[in-house]
Amino acid sequence: MNSPRIIFLLLLALLVFCFGLAAQLSPQFQSWRGSRSGGDIFNVVLGDSRRMFAQSFYVKADAYYHSGYYPTMFDNKEAFQTQHMAEDTGAVNSNNHGDEESFLGPKRNWIDAFGRHFFPDRHTHLDEGGPTDDLSGSENVREILPWLKLSADLDPDNPQTYTVTAYWLRERMHKVAEADVFLHEGLRNNPDSYDILFELGRLYDESYHDTARARNVWEEAVRKWMKLDADAQSDNKLVFEQITTHLAQLEENAGNLPRAIDWLHAAQKVSLTPDVLQKRIDDLQKKMNALIPVAPAKLY
Amino acid sequence: MKNIFAVAGVVIKELYRRKDFYVLFIITVLICLVMASVNIFNDPKIARYLKEICLLLVWISSLVIAITTTARQIPAERENRTLLPLLAKPLTRPQLIFGKFFGCWFACGLALLCFYIFFGALAAAREHQWPLLDYFQAAVMHWFMLGIVVAMTLLGSLVFAAPSSNSTICFVIIGGILFVGRHLDQVATSMHEPLRAIVNALYFTIPHLEFYDLRDLIIHNWPLIEWKYIVLALLYATAYIFAFLLGACLVFRRKPVN
Repeated sequence: MNSPRIIFLLLLALLVFCFGLAAQLSPQFQSWRGSRSGGDIFNVVLGDSRRMFAQSFYVKADAYYHSGYYPTMFDNKEAFQTQHMAEDTGAVNSNNHGDEESFLGPKRNWIDAFGRHFFPDRHTHLDEGGPTDDLSGSENVREILPWLKLSADLDPDNPQTYTVTAYWLRERMHKVAEADVFLHEGLRNNPDSYDILFELGRLYDESYHDTARARNVWEEAVRKWMKLDADAQSDNKLVFEQITTHLAQLEENAGNLPRAIDWLHAAQKVSLTPDVLQKRIDDLQKKMNALIPVAPAKLY
Repeated sequence: MKNIFAVAGVVIKELYRRKDFYVLFIITVLICLVMASVNIFNDPKIARYLKEICLLLVWISSLVIAITTTARQIPAERENRTLLPLLAKPLTRPQLIFGKFFGCWFACGLALLCFYIFFGALAAAREHQWPLLDYFQAAVMHWFMLGIVVAMTLLGSLVFAAPSSNSTICFVIIGGILFVGRHLDQVATSMHEPLRAIVNALYFTIPHLEFYDLRDLIIHNWPLIEWKYIVLALLYATAYIFAFLLGACLVFRRKPVN
C-alpha cells in the first residue's frame, strides 16, 4: 500500500474522478438560478448586499463633494437627505430642509468645541473651489468620480449614479467622450431609464450640438416616462418637466414654435411653477403671431 | 534616565528584528500601488481616494504595531524569566515601565516616519505638491495618539492575563473611542438615568483619540490647524500618557515578578 506507484495511481484516479464530477456538475450549476458564476466579481463576492455598499459609496462621493464636511449618523441630516452633488445637476428632486451650514449645532461642551478644530467644519462644494474657495480649482470635483464609478460597478441598476457622474464629467471635467461612454453603459444596464436618456440628450445638445439626436433621445425619454404608472409619474415629475422644457427650447431654436408650445403645455401639467411656463407660452404665441404674414390689402 | 533609554533601545531593536512592520509596510505599499494603477475616466490627477486608502492603511498598521508590540513586552519578560534579573540590576520598576513605554513609542514613531514618507511621496506623485507642515501636524498628532495607545496597552498588559486578551480588549476600546467617542454625549441624551450619567461620565473620562485623526483635513487639502490647538492637543495626550503610566507603575508595584 505504501508503494509510490499505488499512491500515484490513487492520485490519478482521484484526479479523473474530480474532473468527471466537475464536468457533470458544471452545466447544472450554470443553469441553477442561485448561481453567481455568471456575474461580475462584486456579484460573486457580495451578492445582493452590494447595493448597500453601492449606496454608501454614493454617499461617500457626496462627502468628498463637501471636502469631508458631512453629517454622521449622530448628526442632523435634514439638509443632506438628497445628495448635493445630485441636486446640483438640476435633474433630481430635493428633499433637503434646514440649514446645511450648521448640522453640527451649537457647541455642546468643551470637548466638542475643542474637537471641532480637528475636522472639516465649514460647508463648501468642490465645484465652487472647496476649502480654499478658489473658483479656478472647480475641476477638483474630479475627486468624487472614483466613488461614483465604484458605486455604479456595485449597483449597475441605479440610473442616478450614471446621470450624476456624466453630468460632472461633462460640465466640469470637459470629458464628453467619457461621459458618453458611461451613459451608454448605464443605458445598457437600464434600458427603460428616462433619466439616462435625458442626460444623454443634454450631452448631444449641449456638448455635441447635435439637435436631431438630442430630440430623438428626449422624445424617447418622454415615451418611457409616459409608460410609468400614476404613482411613479407623480414621484418623477421634475425630470419630465426638465425633458419637456428642454424639448421646447430645442424646438424654439429650430423655429418649430407650435411644437415648442405643445411641449411647454405638457410641462405645465407637472410643473410647480405653471405661471412661469405660461409666460413663456404667451411669449412664443406673440412671436408666432408676428411671423404670420399680414394679408395684403386689396389693390382694387 | 540612562536606564530608561537603555530599556527603550532594546525595545526598538526588537521592533526592527521582528517582521510585523515590514509585512504591514509592504502590504500598504502593494495595495496603494495597485489602487494607483486603476484608470478612472482617463484622469491621472485624481488623488484623494488614494490618499484616503493609504492613510487608512497607515492608521490600521500603526495601531496593530503599537498594540501588539506593547502588549507582549512585560508578559514576554516574565515568560522568559528575564524580568527578575532585569529588576535585580539597578533598575526600578517605574524605570522599566517608562523604558518599555518610550521604546514602544519611539519604535512606533520610526514606523510612522516610514509610512508618512511613503504617503507624502504617493500624494506628491499625483498632486504635484508637498504640504510638509500639514503632514508634520498629522504625523505628530498621530504619534501622540499612539503614545496614549501604548501607555494604555502597557497598563492593560499588567492587568490582563495574556497578551492576546489585552490586545483584543485594547483594539475594541480604541476602535470604540475612534468611532463613537465624539458622539457619546449625544448618545447619552437619548438614555434614561442612571445610564445617562454613566455614559456622560465616560464621555468626559475617556481619552478623545479622535482629536488626533486629521485624515479628513489632509485628504481634502484643508488649511493648517492653528498651532495653539495642536499644542493643547499634545498636552492633553501627554496628560493621559502620564495617567496611564502612573496607573501601570502602581499596578506593577504590587505585582509578583515571577
